[in-house]
Amino acid sequence: MTNPQWIEACEVDDVEEEDVIRFDHEDRTFAIYRTDKGEFFASDGYCTHEKFHLSNGLVMGSTIECPKHNGRFDIKTGAAKRTPVCVDLRTYPVKIENDKVFIQI
Amino acid sequence: MAAQPKKRDYSIIGPESKRAQDRGLASADWYASPIPRKEMKELMKRRNGPAIRDTIIWFGGLVILGYLAYLSWGTWWAIPAFLAYGILYATPGDSRWHECGHGTAFKTPWMNEVMYQIASFMVLRSATPWRWSHARHHTDTIIVGRDPEIITERPPIWKVLLLQIFHLYGGPIEIKRFVLHAFGRMEAQEKEYIPQSQFKKVFWEARAYMLIILGVVAACFWAGTVMPAMFIFLPSFYGAFVVITFGITQHLGLYEDVLDHRLNSRTIYMNPLFRFLYWNMNYHTEHHMFPMVPYHALPKLHAAMKDDCPAARPSLWAALKEVFHALRQQKHDPAYVVVKPLPATARPYMDGIAHELDFEKWMQKQA
Repeated sequence: MTNPQWIEACEVDDVEEEDVIRFDHEDRTFAIYRTDKGEFFASDGYCTHEKFHLSNGLVMGSTIECPKHNGRFDIKTGAAKRTPVCVDLRTYPVKIENDKVFIQI
Repeated sequence: MAAQPKKRDYSIIGPESKRAQDRGLASADWYASPIPRKEMKELMKRRNGPAIRDTIIWFGGLVILGYLAYLSWGTWWAIPAFLAYGILYATPGDSRWHECGHGTAFKTPWMNEVMYQIASFMVLRSATPWRWSHARHHTDTIIVGRDPEIITERPPIWKVLLLQIFHLYGGPIEIKRFVLHAFGRMEAQEKEYIPQSQFKKVFWEARAYMLIILGVVAACFWAGTVMPAMFIFLPSFYGAFVVITFGITQHLGLYEDVLDHRLNSRTIYMNPLFRFLYWNMNYHTEHHMFPMVPYHALPKLHAAMKDDCPAARPSLWAALKEVFHALRQQKHDPAYVVVKPLPATARPYMDGIAHELDFEKWMQKQA
């Protein structure tokens, strides 16, 4: 198993407040969130219910809603909050350095 | 004599399910009209105001019509009075069930949930099973063997459509399910799309429904009249004909087994009264392509994507004529579908015709 590493995902300004963008790295895909309070979070990109990318979804406070079936997750913890989502989303640590967003994977 | 095509199996636990998966039609990527992210974010925004207003109007209307129906009991005026009450009970019941099931009607989650539970009972749909069934309908819209919400197969089964005018096909099926669920059992096909973790919730919802129904029956015996059931439970049947009238225009007569909602869903212009009853589900292509857009924003979504879609049907009547023409054609030619031309500004249809040709070859092989 490889050690966790910090990967540069995007610039801070690439994500609007209360929004989400997609970040692809090697063969994996992630969702990078910015809440209405300006905090950044990261999770796996695909919804745990069906393979739909969360970057097309709606961020409401610290909740992300999947664009296909309206299942919801807590952005901060990845906890499933509304069916048809039943399985929690994997989240990743995030840090900001020099106006860049890094995620630890 | 021409070979009769083999009838397809619309069950979601039959061979068509595997075939859809083998063809890449299950949980597939669907076509989406290009809408800038900024605009889409605005369209997706949730509000409580419109749904609270509409709910007050709806329940206020039910109280007024219910009182008039009560006063008219025993006279001929009871017929139009209960007809109006039944339509106002079942039609918004269906659309509120739908929109609150998506969780988009209200901004506040518990309001969606409360309304979803109430509306589910009003239209006699098991709340949790139908939530999952509808999720599958959105994943695999009108994919044979995958979508549990295809109203009728091809060739059409007219008996189903006729019985549904008074919910006499789906209603008894649902009541049987309530009983089954109340005793802690699930149907085989339900297990196909409902995770086991939800079963307990299903059973308790069914017990609550059965309790209400038995309570209404007891009230009828106690009062010596069927009147209590005319207000709760029976409107799900005698008021259902507008539900099916709207419902058959959503997908019937259009393509099966395609990955482009412009080919399998129908958008219709309707008057404000119908749009209130139906909560803008006449913008059905738009709803399927972007289900996170709440009902009150669908007219704006329609404006944003209409240059990428076939022209909306001009009225409910025009849509119904199109549906019945297609159903009559499909009686003899199950492959018949309505395809509307796209405007010059639109992107081409995705994989529509190709799939239909594959389907023909497949049917010949099966024959």
